[in-house]
Order: sequence, then C-alpha cells, then structure tokens
Amino acid sequence: MDSLQSYLFLSVVLFCFGLYGVMTRRNGVAILMGIELILNSANLNLVAFNRFGGLSELLPGHVFALFVIIMAASEAAVALAIIINLYKTFHTVNVDEAHEMKG
Amino acid sequence: MGNVVFIGVAVLVVVSAFFVVTARNLVYSAVALMGTLFGVAGLYVFLYADFMAAVQVVIYVGGILVLIIFGVMLTNKISAPVLIQTSMPNRALAAAVVFLIFLGLTTILFRTPWHEGVATQPEGTVATIGNALMTRYLIHFEVAGVLLLLALLGAAYLSRRENG
Amino acid sequence: MDVRTKFALIILFLPLASCVLQIFFGRRLGPRGVWISVAAEFVTLILAFSMLATVMLGTPMHHYPEVEWFSLGTFNLTLGFQLDNLAVAMLMVVAIISSFVHLYSIEYMRGDVRYTRYFGYLGLFTFSMNGIVLAHSLMMMFIFWELVGLSSYLLIGHWFEKDSAASAGRKAFLTNRVGDIGMFIGIMLFWTATGTFTFHGLFEAVDVEGANLFAGQTTLLTVAGIMVFMGAVGKSAQFPLHIWLPDAMEGPTPVSCLIHAATMVAAGVYLMVRMFPVLTPDALLFMGAIGAITAVLGALIAITQFDIKRVLAYSTVSQLGYMIMAVGMGAQQAAFFHLGTHAMFKGLLFLCSGSVIHALHHALHEKGDHSTDPQDMRNMGGLRKKMPITYITMLIGALAISGVPLFSGFLSKDAILAGTLAFASEHHQWWAVLFPVAGFGAAAVTAFYMFRLIFMTFHGKPADEAAHKHVAETPAVMTVPLVILAALSFALFFTLPGVNPFQTEGWFTNVIPQSENLTGFAELEAEHLERGFHEAHGMAVPISMSVAGLGIALSMIFYLLGWLNPKAWAERLRRIGLYQLSFYKFYFDEIYDALIYRPFLWLTDKIAWIDWDLWDQWFIDGWGRNTVRAGNASGWLDYQWLDQIVIDGFGRLIDGMGAIGRKLQTGRVQNYLMWALAGVIIAFLVAASI
Repeated sequence: MDSLQSYLFLSVVLFCFGLYGVMTRRNGVAILMGIELILNSANLNLVAFNRFGGLSELLPGHVFALFVIIMAASEAAVALAIIINLYKTFHTVNVDEAHEMKG
Repeated sequence: MGNVVFIGVAVLVVVSAFFVVTARNLVYSAVALMGTLFGVAGLYVFLYADFMAAVQVVIYVGGILVLIIFGVMLTNKISAPVLIQTSMPNRALAAAVVFLIFLGLTTILFRTPWHEGVATQPEGTVATIGNALMTRYLIHFEVAGVLLLLALLGAAYLSRRENG
Repeated sequence: MDVRTKFALIILFLPLASCVLQIFFGRRLGPRGVWISVAAEFVTLILAFSMLATVMLGTPMHHYPEVEWFSLGTFNLTLGFQLDNLAVAMLMVVAIISSFVHLYSIEYMRGDVRYTRYFGYLGLFTFSMNGIVLAHSLMMMFIFWELVGLSSYLLIGHWFEKDSAASAGRKAFLTNRVGDIGMFIGIMLFWTATGTFTFHGLFEAVDVEGANLFAGQTTLLTVAGIMVFMGAVGKSAQFPLHIWLPDAMEGPTPVSCLIHAATMVAAGVYLMVRMFPVLTPDALLFMGAIGAITAVLGALIAITQFDIKRVLAYSTVSQLGYMIMAVGMGAQQAAFFHLGTHAMFKGLLFLCSGSVIHALHHALHEKGDHSTDPQDMRNMGGLRKKMPITYITMLIGALAISGVPLFSGFLSKDAILAGTLAFASEHHQWWAVLFPVAGFGAAAVTAFYMFRLIFMTFHGKPADEAAHKHVAETPAVMTVPLVILAALSFALFFTLPGVNPFQTEGWFTNVIPQSENLTGFAELEAEHLERGFHEAHGMAVPISMSVAGLGIALSMIFYLLGWLNPKAWAERLRRIGLYQLSFYKFYFDEIYDALIYRPFLWLTDKIAWIDWDLWDQWFIDGWGRNTVRAGNASGWLDYQWLDQIVIDGFGRLIDGMGAIGRKLQTGRVQNYLMWALAGVIIAFLVAASI
C-alpha cells in the first residue's frame, strides 16, 4: 500500500477533482479552491518522488514543494484581490457574468 | 495497522476533494478544502516529510484557507448562499473530459516502469531543508522572497480604494 | 519592231490613251479637250489608210507578230496580231466610222452632263473593237469581245438617269452574255480538240492534207462551229437574241451609229468570216437559216415602227441577217463586202437621223415644247426644204440600202442574193429555194420601209407648223461627216479602178478574195461557189432591181402620192392581226418575259426566300436568338444558382460555421480551459497511437 503508485494515484485523483472544479464552478473563489487542489496534487507528486525516486540528499522534492506552497500563497493573495475587485465592479463573483470578451 | 490509517487518510482526502468541487454551498466547499489539506498533510507524514506536513498545515490551512474564507465572506451575502454550479451540459462535458484525463494519467502511471531508487529513511528533514535553502537553493530562496514581496504589493495595489 | 506591228499597236492603243485621258483628266481639260480624242482618232484613220493603201497597191498583208502572255505548265497563252487583208480592211472601216462619229459628237453632245466621259467611252470602244479585229486567237478575241460588250453597256446607258436607258444597257449586256456563253463553249471545244486558240492553229488542224484532227468527227466540228456562232448571234443581234438592239437606241445617236450599226454588231460577221475555213456545211446551213429568218424578221417589224431610230435599228437587224446568211451560203466575200458598204450607208443613215433629231429637238426647245418626242416620225414632215444637206445625204443612204444601182448597197446586196441563188441551184432539196425567196422578199420590204421613212420625215406637210418654223440645218461639224459618208456610199468607191456599176470587181474584191488560203472542205465549197456565183449573178441583177423598184414604188404610193391611205390599210391589217404582229415586234419580248424571265424570277424569289427567310432569318438569327436564350439561361444559372446559391451559400456556410465557432468564444475562461484540455487529450491520443 505504501508504494509510489498509490501516492501518484492519489495525486491524479486530486488533480482531476481540481480540474473539474476549475472548469465547472462559477464562483471565482470556488475556482480558486480547485486550483489549490491541483497545486496540492503536484506537491504530493513531488514529495512522493522524493521518497521513492532516489533523489539527492538535499531533498529537492521537498524544497520544490516548499516553493510551490510559497507561490500558492502569493497567488491566492493576488487572486483574492482580483476577485474582490471583480465583486466591486460587477457586484457579483459569478464568473459567467464577466464575459466582456465574449466573441 | 499502518495500511489502515493510510487508507483512511486517503479516503479523507478523496472524499473531501469531492465535496470541494461539488458542494453547492461555498462554505461547505471551504470546509471540505480544509479537510483535504489536512489529509494531504497526513500523507506527507507517511512520506517521511515532517517539515512539509507542518508547513502544509501552517501555511495552507492557516494562511491560504483563511484567506479563502475571508474571500467567501467578503463576496457573498451570508443569508443567501449562492448557487455556484454551471449548467448541466457543461458539467457533463467537463466531467467527461476530466474522466478521460484521469484515465490517461492512471494508465501512464501504472504502466511506466518508475525508477525506484533507494527509499529514504524516516529522519528529521528540517535541518536538511534549511541547509539546502541556504546553500544550493539560495537563489531560489531569495527569488521566492522577492516574489512574495511583489505579491504583497500587487495585492495591496489591487485592493486599494479608488479615489473619486 | 516591224513598222506594221508599230502601226497596229498605235491604232490599237491610241484610242485607249484617249479614253484614259478623258476619264482621268477630262474635267480639267474641259469641253475643248475632246478635240484631242477626235484628233487621236483621225491619226488612227491615217495609219489604217496607209496600211490599206499598201494592200490596195498590190502588196498583200501577211504579218502575224506574237508574244507570249503567260504559261501554266503545258498551257500557253499568247497575244498577237492577225494582220491580213481582212484585218486591214476592217480596221479601215472602224477607223472611218469612229473618226466621223467623234467629230459628229462634238456638236451633237454639246452641253451634255457627262461630255468628256462620253468621249472616253468612245475611245474605250474603239480600242476594244480594234482588238477584236487584230486578235490572232479566239481567246484574245473573246477578251476584246467582252470589252466591246462593256463599252456598249456604258454607252447605251450614258443617260442612266432614265430608267429606260439603264435597263436597255442591262438588256444589251445580258443578251450578249447568253451568246458569249455559247461562244466560250465553242472556244473550249476547239481547244480540247486541237489544243490551240489561234486561227492559224485551227486552220492547220482542219486541213485535210495536214493535221486533219477532225477526220471522222465532223459532228464535233459542226457543234463547235455552231457554238462559236452563238457569240455572233448575240453580238450581231440575230434571231433569237436580237431583242437588245432596238432597245439600244436609248443611247445617243452617234453611239447607235458607231456601235449598233457599223462596227460592233458587225463583229459577229467578222468573226464568222474569219472562222470560215473551219465551218462545216452543216454549220453553214444553220447559220444561213438563222440569217435568213433574221433578215425577214427585222424587215417585217420595221414597216410599222414610228420612231426613226427604231426603223433603222430593225433595218440593221435585217441587214445583219443578210450578212450572216451570206456566210451561210458560202459567200463570205459577199458578206464582208456588205459589211463594209453597210457600215458606210447605215452609219450615214444614223447620223442623218441624229441630225434630224438634233434639229427638231432645238426647234421644239425654241418653241417651248418639251413633251413632244423629236424622234417620232409623225411629228416630222416637210423637212427637206429646211435641211437640204441632211435630206440629200439621207436619200443617198436610203437608195444605197434599197439596192438601187449606182450605189454600193446594190453591189453588195446583189452579191449576197447571187449567193443565195447559187446555193439554191446547187442544193436540190425543197427548202433550198427558201433562201433566195427570203433574200429577195426582204429586199423588197427594205426598200419599202426605207422610203417610207424618207417620205414621212422629209416630204409632205409638217406635223407642227410652230416647231417647223425653228427648224434649221445642223452645223458643219455634223454635216461634214454626212457628206463624206454619202460619197462613200456610191458604188464607184468600192469598184475602183473598175467603173462598171454592175460589176463588183475592183480593189475590194482583190483585197478580199473569195477563196484564199482555205483549207479542208471549205476549199472545195468555195471554189464550187465561185463558179456558181458568176452564173447566178446574171440572174440576180434584174430580179433585185425589180424587187427594189417594187418596194420604192409601193412606198411612194402610200406615203408620197397618197393614192392609198396607210392608216386605212393599217386598220385592215389590224383586223386580221398582222399589223399587231409587226408593230409589237412579233411579241418576242413578251414571250421571253413569260417563258424565261418570269419563271426565273420566280425561282430566284424562292431561292431568296430560302436564303433570307429560312436561312438568314430563321436559322442564323435563330442561332442568335438561341444564343441569347442560352446566354440568359447561363446567366440565370450563373447568377441564381452559382452566384446566389453556391457562392453565397459558401459565404453563408462560413458564416454559419463562424456563428458556431463564435459560440466557442464565450468570454469565459473556464470554457477555454475545457477546450484546451480536450485538445490535450486528443493530442495525447494521437501521440499514443503513433
């Protein structure tokens, strides 16, 4: 049970859920949550490989995942700022309503 | 015994993720996200990544999730939880696409002969990571710092009150 | 170059030069410029006379220069002169008449709208006629034959504003054409059999001692001879192609004199005299019959005509018939003799009639009368006191043509009649006697109508006293030719150095012998006939004299003395229909119209219908209409279907696809993401399958 494939499988599942959420949800914040899921699945992959993949002693997997988390944080902050802006402009967070680019 | 826990954590993660993307109520979705994040932290522990687990909980749950919940609160009227689902056909199509991707990825992951290296031993990783950050990945560390600064500035700029 | 050739070339081309001068520079030279043409004509007269003089003084002319024109492989065509005594004599005749007509025309045509062009055409005609005379081959003669026909057409239609003149010109040309077709067939028959066009070549071919190409094929020779004779039938106005000559009187009187009395119409006789050695007895008999019929026919019609020129025209037809008949009887010398004398006195008669018409025209003009016809003899009468010269000269001409002794016509006509008698005595078939009967009968009638003309014109009371007051003799320019021609109408002129008015022997008979250089069967015939002539001559003289006297006497009874009333007799004859036969020219024109012209025009009408209504309107235009329809349909197809449906359809399709495609641009990022993922899957699958 404790094999690489199982962790990878979990990460795939997370990734797919996250993808579904990004594609389907109308609320901007909900989309953000989906993105977080995706990022988490990537992190999981990284760390799993670090344990099973025979990487160097410096734990690159962990470091990489750490940076991912850092970026996720900054990205979440900016994203929320944008969403709040959106709310102020359109008075809704329904991304369907922000269709000014509609061809 | 270890397997059982592992499976329990795995189930927690999956189920929570499911709820994140399918809950109608945004708050439920946020709570489910919290569950997922905690579950992932648990998985980190199984992967002998203690520092990562801690960071996960502190930053992800304690920072990002809180931020998300703030966002939810600021943009919704609590009294009327918003319907946040898209129309049916899109959901079906999206589900189909996602499912295909899922199939593809799983096929890959189970077919690929992964290069199994020497499995690491459970030991503390904090020192190693700190060491790495200061030596080999120093530049990355500094850049990350700058990035955070920029993110801070950006967020602040974006959310300033327009005069006039 | 031999001097004779030079002379011949000058005689031939000087009139042509005159023609060119008048046609191209006539307007600039003005009316005085026509004297150049007159002078040119007199120059040719001098040259012709000098050539004739050498022959008269004993040197026969035998000069045959030849030059090659072109050759196509084995076919050679040469041009050359046949300068023998016959040609020289004929040249003289043509030159005399042409010169005097030129002179005469100066006054006659004064003030005419196309004065200089007229003289140009006279030159053209003289050139063409000389060409016929000088031609050494049938082909060359045919070329000039046609040219003469053309000149005749141009001159008859000189006043082409008059419909009658224009159609007369056409009639002349077309009738001639009919004859010419026969002539051409004959020429081709001769060429096919002998391979040559020249007279020399033909004579050699029929020589029984020489090539004798026609041995055993006398039918072919007869047919060829008759076909060539057809040309003479057309040109010399023989029955049945005589219809054009009376209509040709629409032309100016000098033209009638030159062309239709003296020269062109004589060309047919000239041709037959030239061709005499190759004519078989059967062909000659055919010719004789045609000639006899023509002689009688012309005379009978002339009796009742009132237009002075018509009388003379039918007289010409009749006299030409005499000449042809003479050739048919084998009396070729007599035929040519009559040609010469006839040219003189008929030319004289025409010019005199022109003088009368001219004077009367001016008199009527003075009076202010523009409707009376100056050519109708019923408007004349009593002119002899006013126009003495014209009267005397015309009387001389009438005496000559009637065959009164002392005049040239007596000699030549007598020779012909002797020929017919000789023929009748040689041939014992029942029909042979018809020839002398026709000859003498026509002679009587000739005398009758000629003196009718004289008496009606010059004697009796004038029809219109008011006009008669203004009548005056015509100017000298016109009367001088009359006098000279009158002098030439005396017998003496032709019989020098002999003075016996009853004997034909003289320079003329020496120059044109009866039988000379004849080959083949003609030789035998001619010698035969020469004997017969001398015997018949004795009998012919008293008969012809009495016949002429009878005619004149009868004419005097009706028209001079008035013992019998011509109108009453005309009425009697009208009741039995004979008068109409004569007056209406035996209805030849009407018969031809009904039998030939109308059916032909009906046919052409039908053909025109096929060509125009059927082919042009229906088919060709229909083609056009169908093309338009096809064009419309194609256009409709192109516009409605291709343009509207296909092309625009493409547009709409693209538009539709665009509309569908536009749905992709929802403006929602999530949708973009989904499609991107779908793309990724597809790419992935593609990569996997490879």
